[in-house]
Amino acid sequence: MSLTPQESKYLEKKIGRKPNPLEFQIVAAEWSEHCSYKSSKKYLKILPKEGKRVISGPGYDSGVLDVGDGYVVTVHIESHNHPSAVEPYGGAATGVGGVIRDILSAGTRPIAILDGLRFGNIEKDHHARWLFKNAIRGIADYGNCLGIPTVGGEIEFDKCFTNYALVDVAAIGFGKKENLIRNRAQKGDYVVLIGGSTGRDGIGGSQFASDNLDADNRSAVQIPDPFIEKLVIEVILEARNQKCIKAMKDLGGGGLSCAISETADALGIGIELDLSLVHKREQNMSPSELMVSESQERMLVITDLAKLTTLKKICEKFRVPYSVIGRVHEDKMMEVKLDKNTIAKLPSQIVANAPLLDRPSSKPKYLSALEQVKKPTMPTDISKTFLKMLSNPNIASKHWVYSQYDHEVGIRTVVKPGGDGASLRLDNGKFLSVKIDGNSKHCYINPREGVIGCFDEACRNVICTGAKPIGMVDHLQFGNPEDPEIFWTFKESVQAITDYAKYFEIPCVGGKVSLYNETDEGPIKPTPLIGVLGLNEGKPLIPKKIENGDLLIIVGITKDELGGSEYYEYIHGVIGGKCPIVDMKSSKKIQDAVLELIHQDVIKIAHDCSKGGLGVGISKLCISNEIGCMIFVEKIPSDKLRLDELLFSETHSRFLLVISQQDEKKVMSLLEKKGITHASIGDFSGKNMTFKEKSKIVACIRIDKAQEKWLNSLEALVTHG
Amino acid sequence: MKVAVIVFPGSNCDRDMHHVLTDVFHLDSQLVWHTDELPKNIDAIVLPGGFSYGDRLRAGVIAAHSPVIKDIKKMAEKGMPVLGVCNGFQILVESGLLPGALLKNTSLNFMCKWTEIIVKNNTTPFTNKLKLNQRIPIAIANGEGRYYADDATLKSLKKNNQIVFTYVEEVNGASLGIAGICNKAGNVVGMMPHPERSAEQIINPKNAKPASLIFESLLNTLGVIA
Repeated sequence: MSLTPQESKYLEKKIGRKPNPLEFQIVAAEWSEHCSYKSSKKYLKILPKEGKRVISGPGYDSGVLDVGDGYVVTVHIESHNHPSAVEPYGGAATGVGGVIRDILSAGTRPIAILDGLRFGNIEKDHHARWLFKNAIRGIADYGNCLGIPTVGGEIEFDKCFTNYALVDVAAIGFGKKENLIRNRAQKGDYVVLIGGSTGRDGIGGSQFASDNLDADNRSAVQIPDPFIEKLVIEVILEARNQKCIKAMKDLGGGGLSCAISETADALGIGIELDLSLVHKREQNMSPSELMVSESQERMLVITDLAKLTTLKKICEKFRVPYSVIGRVHEDKMMEVKLDKNTIAKLPSQIVANAPLLDRPSSKPKYLSALEQVKKPTMPTDISKTFLKMLSNPNIASKHWVYSQYDHEVGIRTVVKPGGDGASLRLDNGKFLSVKIDGNSKHCYINPREGVIGCFDEACRNVICTGAKPIGMVDHLQFGNPEDPEIFWTFKESVQAITDYAKYFEIPCVGGKVSLYNETDEGPIKPTPLIGVLGLNEGKPLIPKKIENGDLLIIVGITKDELGGSEYYEYIHGVIGGKCPIVDMKSSKKIQDAVLELIHQDVIKIAHDCSKGGLGVGISKLCISNEIGCMIFVEKIPSDKLRLDELLFSETHSRFLLVISQQDEKKVMSLLEKKGITHASIGDFSGKNMTFKEKSKIVACIRIDKAQEKWLNSLEALVTHG
Repeated sequence: MKVAVIVFPGSNCDRDMHHVLTDVFHLDSQLVWHTDELPKNIDAIVLPGGFSYGDRLRAGVIAAHSPVIKDIKKMAEKGMPVLGVCNGFQILVESGLLPGALLKNTSLNFMCKWTEIIVKNNTTPFTNKLKLNQRIPIAIANGEGRYYADDATLKSLKKNNQIVFTYVEEVNGASLGIAGICNKAGNVVGMMPHPERSAEQIINPKNAKPASLIFESLLNTLGVIA
């Protein structure tokens, strides 16, 4: 728990005196990087946050989008990296819990969870495997118990995450616009703490997360209790229905210190609370422990006298503990009492707004060397390479993971996990699509183009379900920002996201920054994660079964962009090369055209072509439909690539479309009319996936063999490895 | 015709069940909190899925001691149709309304997937519109879904035609592949799979018609023309 000497000086100057030890602790929690965004805040301002569907309000912990007919969708993303790296079960579970409460804070019911997970090389590293298994179990146990479906996500393994874990959780909420919490409070209103009791778990969690990971600090990890969280959700939603909530905030990083100061600051009020009134699970907790404990499943609610009794009754119905801990004042101070004696009193505006930093940045020296790597030689047997690619943990099916998540509860999941984006039906007859994407390998060799690629990929995934992107969230994960080269990659990413979001007119409705993702072995690769929400006012594209004779169309051109590809890294062990670059203008044209085709009902399956390239994309189509295909390699539009490059390049802005023969004319003429590069490259039949080049078979893979590799590799590794 | 959907602390399929009963099959269904009295004029009772009491101790065991269970037992004795789905099935077993036990799946993991079950008894209030041996594509999602009973119980289940559904494929190691059973009188049915997740075509990746017949059977039983 500390402030830098400059911060201490700044604080003393601002309050005109030396803070007492408790005040110092409160400020230190709130001014941690984790809570204050002191390194990043300045740069996040450039992200476009306005849009015709965006609803913003004071103190919202989540982004709010108007989906019409009086309904809104809320979204938020968070990570729980440091805790998950030392205690993966509890860390991942409480990561789910925290982001769910942000959704609840807006007054909306959480309806979906997505998670992005990253670990070390699980093929070789037993510790990475242990982290992976337990993080999955933590997410499953928590989300399943809440009855919120985990509908999608992504998993990446890379050596840079050795002894570490990135656990990112995004949550989606849904509700009526009229039920959004307005976040207003008046003098005399009551401050009520609802939910789990406050204990000594998660003490100093936000500071723990604001430093490099160098010790196993398990006591800073919070203890999950999904049952209480489920009850808190129902209490809050019933209290919302009965108009008992004037303002609300969830307790997360920084505990009460953060919730009280930020609420008071956002609402322009003062809050007085008495710590002796807080319901606790342990005896003799000190005031500073109570103020910074990050015990989970707690909500801060402001209500008025007229509704206080109703609120208490609702808590009692669900047997959820609560305590009326304070009152609202006009003085804009946060005043902490113990048995009626004031023990801390600070202006909330000062506590909630840490002095921002100007961190130096410089372009990393490693970048130029990475572009110059030597091309690996072509494997002699491409068919074997196929099977190896399909058993690569980064590419193999993740069904072992998502079958442990209840992805059906809530009966909204129309397009299910395992494909591209997920699609959920909404009460107004529309469909919401969601996807998160990240790619540390691309972002490492080119921070700008890498994150643009993730953004483009998430958009493509959403489009594959027939939805148009309407909003995005970002989660920016980097190493120590005090290192100028790391900070440069952060700045580069924010600028890139901004450029893409502006060009595609997709507002950024939320996000999070996670820095200090480092272990003794060094920083993680830059790992920004992009989540995209799409709205579909027509019919969702639920993948249809491929039949004999169906055609495969590729949209987009395949380029010599193998840097950071699974093919280079997994097959050849080569890190570097040319990172795929998105041409925004042509990408937008392609996205619009594919969406138009989907809405004309002439597409059986739209599949995004990304990780593992064309080869893996086609394999997945064949495997999940248990049908073979014949592909004519020379028909694939490309920059004259070598066969292996053509099959495994991860060039963006490409779609694979499965259509029936009768629709060929319609599809091709629309694509031609729009001037989009495309080709009909083969058809489906038989039991083998065959690639022909100038009438010579260059690769042939049995579908049952490919299926065996793709479906079972990850599970075999985790359960028997 | 009124159907009570019982809500325990931690139930999480209550609203899904309510939606399907009300919006899809147009029954008058009502959510009933577990400490409230059963409404007077109900015609059927459904115990929905979820994690009552967070599955603490054992799935369903704490909810089986809820005040409402006594009333449900009385109604069940009078012959009222009672359906328990997933956690609802676990509660029916824990409360003694149905025999046997539900153990952890052999995989030791929570399991969410689509599978098929076969109708083995089409005389219950929830299966009378289905054909014997008809297959139903249906969603399962549970961690403790492996039905278990000793040999004597299994023998009497068979003898009394109490096995209502069995799985087509090996799913979780259940005795005789049992997915659902009923009491001797046939009016109390428990099943691990989720009919409420499977009765609407838009969310069922296969065919929703067979699962919808589970609800149409109830309409039939209650004398509502489907």
